[in-house]
Amino acid sequence: MNAGGASELRNPERDVYHFRRRLSLVAVLVFAAFCGLFARFFYLQVIQRAHFETLAETNRIAIVPIVPNRGVITDRNGIVLAQSYSAYTLEITPSRIRNLDETIDQLANIVEIQPRDRKRFRKLLEESKDFESLPLRTRLTDEEVARFAVNRYRFPGVDIKARLFRQYPFGEIASHVVGYIGRINDKDNERIADWDETANYKGSDYIGKVGIELSYERELHGTTGVEDVEVDAGGRAVRTLRRTPPVSGNNLTLSLDIKLQQVAEAAFGDRRGALVAIDPTSGDVLAFVSKPGFDPNLFVDGIDSANWQELNDSPDKPLLNRPLRGAYPPGSTIKPFLALAALTSGRRTATQTIYDPGFFQIPGQAHRFRDDKPGGHGTVDMYKSIVQSCDTYYYMLANDTDIDDTARFLGRFGFGQKTGIDIEGELTGVLPSREWKRQRFAGKNYRDENRKWYLGDSISAGIGQGYNAFTPIQLAHAIAMIANDGVGYTPHLVKSVLNVKTGEVREIAREPASHIALRPEYLATIKRALAGVAKEGTSAAAFKDAKYVSAGKTGTAQVYSLKGEKYSERHVDERLRDHAWYMGYAPADHPTIAVAVLVENGGFGAAAAAPIVRKVFDHYLLGETEPGAAKDVPDAGDDESD
Amino acid sequence: MALVQRLWEALTRRIDSMLFGPALAIVGIGLVTLFSAADQSIARETSQALSLSFAIALMWMFANIAPQTLARAAVPLYTVAVAMLIGVAMFGVVVNGSRRWLPLGVARFQPSELMKIALPLMLAWYFQKFEGRIGWRDFVFAAILIVVPVYLIKRQPDLGTALLIGASGFYVLFLAGLSWKVIVGLFAMGAAVGPMVWSHLHDYQRERILTFLDPSRDPLGAGYHSTQASIALGSGGIVGKGWLNGTQTHLDFLPERHTDFIFAVFGEEFGLIGNTVLLVLYMLLIGRAMMITANASTLFSRLLAGAITLMFFTYAFVNMAMVSGILPVVGVPLPLVSYGGTALISLFIGLGILMSVQAHRKLVMT
Repeated sequence: MNAGGASELRNPERDVYHFRRRLSLVAVLVFAAFCGLFARFFYLQVIQRAHFETLAETNRIAIVPIVPNRGVITDRNGIVLAQSYSAYTLEITPSRIRNLDETIDQLANIVEIQPRDRKRFRKLLEESKDFESLPLRTRLTDEEVARFAVNRYRFPGVDIKARLFRQYPFGEIASHVVGYIGRINDKDNERIADWDETANYKGSDYIGKVGIELSYERELHGTTGVEDVEVDAGGRAVRTLRRTPPVSGNNLTLSLDIKLQQVAEAAFGDRRGALVAIDPTSGDVLAFVSKPGFDPNLFVDGIDSANWQELNDSPDKPLLNRPLRGAYPPGSTIKPFLALAALTSGRRTATQTIYDPGFFQIPGQAHRFRDDKPGGHGTVDMYKSIVQSCDTYYYMLANDTDIDDTARFLGRFGFGQKTGIDIEGELTGVLPSREWKRQRFAGKNYRDENRKWYLGDSISAGIGQGYNAFTPIQLAHAIAMIANDGVGYTPHLVKSVLNVKTGEVREIAREPASHIALRPEYLATIKRALAGVAKEGTSAAAFKDAKYVSAGKTGTAQVYSLKGEKYSERHVDERLRDHAWYMGYAPADHPTIAVAVLVENGGFGAAAAAPIVRKVFDHYLLGETEPGAAKDVPDAGDDESD
Repeated sequence: MALVQRLWEALTRRIDSMLFGPALAIVGIGLVTLFSAADQSIARETSQALSLSFAIALMWMFANIAPQTLARAAVPLYTVAVAMLIGVAMFGVVVNGSRRWLPLGVARFQPSELMKIALPLMLAWYFQKFEGRIGWRDFVFAAILIVVPVYLIKRQPDLGTALLIGASGFYVLFLAGLSWKVIVGLFAMGAAVGPMVWSHLHDYQRERILTFLDPSRDPLGAGYHSTQASIALGSGGIVGKGWLNGTQTHLDFLPERHTDFIFAVFGEEFGLIGNTVLLVLYMLLIGRAMMITANASTLFSRLLAGAITLMFFTYAFVNMAMVSGILPVVGVPLPLVSYGGTALISLFIGLGILMSVQAHRKLVMT
């Protein structure tokens, strides 16, 4: 194709021939280029494969989650009940260590390592993946940190890290409310997956296990941040390339008054039991006691087996949340509710009297249902039946009343149902009825006679024994409804939620959850009688000289049936003694606090339980504290429980 | 029945199955790889599939346009494309520091994409017009036709596309019979002005070339793409890590992994075997395109078909060479595989033109 061949170019066939020659050349080049590519691929993917595989494995950028700061839990006055703090830990990445035991032995020369630390590390090792960094020692002192820093070069794969630890400054106080966090296990992981939060829990080691820590986990946890770090061959971070900071969890303000809680717990002394104090006008839970408690700080680091065994095997059951999960017969505390039912249904009037000879017999039967008072209370009207807690009056009432009607009425006060309090694990208890008994004794193991409702069942239930079993939170909720003239609020422990980032405060909704339409005069009759109990009745001694008027009712729940024998406290084993109840509210005319308390095996309610309520009322209404009963608020920085 | 049959015949009459078959196979590979590369995003997959159906419709349209009709569109199309490039230089939208986009109401349009077809079309038309009496003056004029758009695109700046469009122009000149002396002379001149060009390059362009020569210069900066892509390919081995199992891909080490570097994802997950299959498919496609070119009836069709064929090859080669570290990193998508509607449409229009050329081939072999 040159100027000289101009004539040749005019020949179209010659033209095509030249074109095809060039095209063939192109085809050869194309083929050669593709062969070149194939050769390059062969070089990379076959000859150099091992090299690149290693590079891919040890690629140098690690994406590290940054665990958010867990929300702080405070009482209603802002006193800290649970918080997180950062502390140094000595951590090992097992995959980078050749001989673990040897390394740990050598480390023990530098920082103190207890057998307990080794045991916990072994346990973590079994549960975790190799490439994770695992804490060997937690909460290093500054001196220990400095000593390791000097020797760091000797220990590839060992490093000092800062981790967040949970701390409960009050220790045992309110431990059943606040609860504790613990290491995330498989079951927790399922829960996290259900929430669709798996990514957000990357890097999180702990999750709420009990109490508020459990039920408000999603508020408290926060949003995990991410850091892209360049790591060296030893796996240590060299520099940060990119960082998305974490967002702290929300802070919770409880309705609990920790000082009142301390007074209440102190009032129990060494006795077992439960107490729930509610503001009847809002459902705020002011105190929530389950005795004995436990030190939640023990669980934070992973509880050791000795402590765990002690807590778990103790006959005192310190891990049992009694207000929520203890179902006890209500004893005489049920009487005001039954009296109100009788007034409402018209079966009794306030002034109608019965004669109490000291016992009750079902017509035609020999069995005597005894009254507590030998010889009986004589002529008894409704006021006296409550103030003196006359059993015979209620035996007779039960004889005249259908159990299903009673169950329906009591059900409106929340008996036999969960109150809906905002921590998990609540029991429903038992509100007996014909239907309940049929279902309870269904199946082949029982005979038809077992399923049938007998009059005798009604008589026992009539004084709060028999099948009745209510939780202390239910009783507190019910008496709060009486105090608040039939208007009920769902009890709640969390008052408000604070978003730390935006500063936005969310109040927990406080709408009445239920309302029972009661005739004011009937309610007044019952409230007058309840005030009479504290003034001149079974708890008068406990409330002697009180600077306010309170109302209440004692109760005694039988643990052990003595089969007609006379009960004598001294002759019965401590654990078989009756449970003592007291429920009440104050001030009687305009209640601001309602309490239910149960002292396990406390004997008579008047003697064991009512004085505890007196102390709670005194503190709450007058600010009085028995000297030395409540300890000072511990320093927030002190992680030891008191 | 007969009606359906005739309709089907009318639809497929111009579709060359030997060209369309490999193309569809490659597109299929692209969709499968895209699913993995785009972190199993259904949205990306659907969007690409939509572009594909539109592209195939356009292919069918162009397959049914006679080459001589296209020839008539050459001058207006080229003029519009140059005008648009000038428009971009004056009112273009800046994306990622480059002024490449022309705002057209709702959508943005990249005129350099139009030029990819307009330039070979224009050159082929020009040589056809003076067929039989092509002199050196014609080659000079053709060179001007090439240099103007290449300069405008280089200014955007988009050196990669400028070079590729320049190459497509050169292919036409080469096939039109540009003298070997001139070709050798051009290369010699290129080598001589190399240092001069260097001084006119942007910093990032120089960096790319330097890094290409030594990727360890800046392993986390400019050399990062190249190194990571090599690790992806190399660690894939012979059989690959399996679909959706590429660690480089899914640990976020691969940049641009659904567009320019999609081949690294493919190579990591399907290994040397997958790469070989893809190479063979490209060879089948290009081979068939070359046969069509060889049998084209007119000079215009020959030059146009030849340029399209060579562009296909150039894109595929440059992209795979770049990902495997033979060439420096330039923004070139892998034809029919990389995510992106515009490229897919241009490529299928190219295939449509090839089919049209094939339909109007010489019926008697000479």
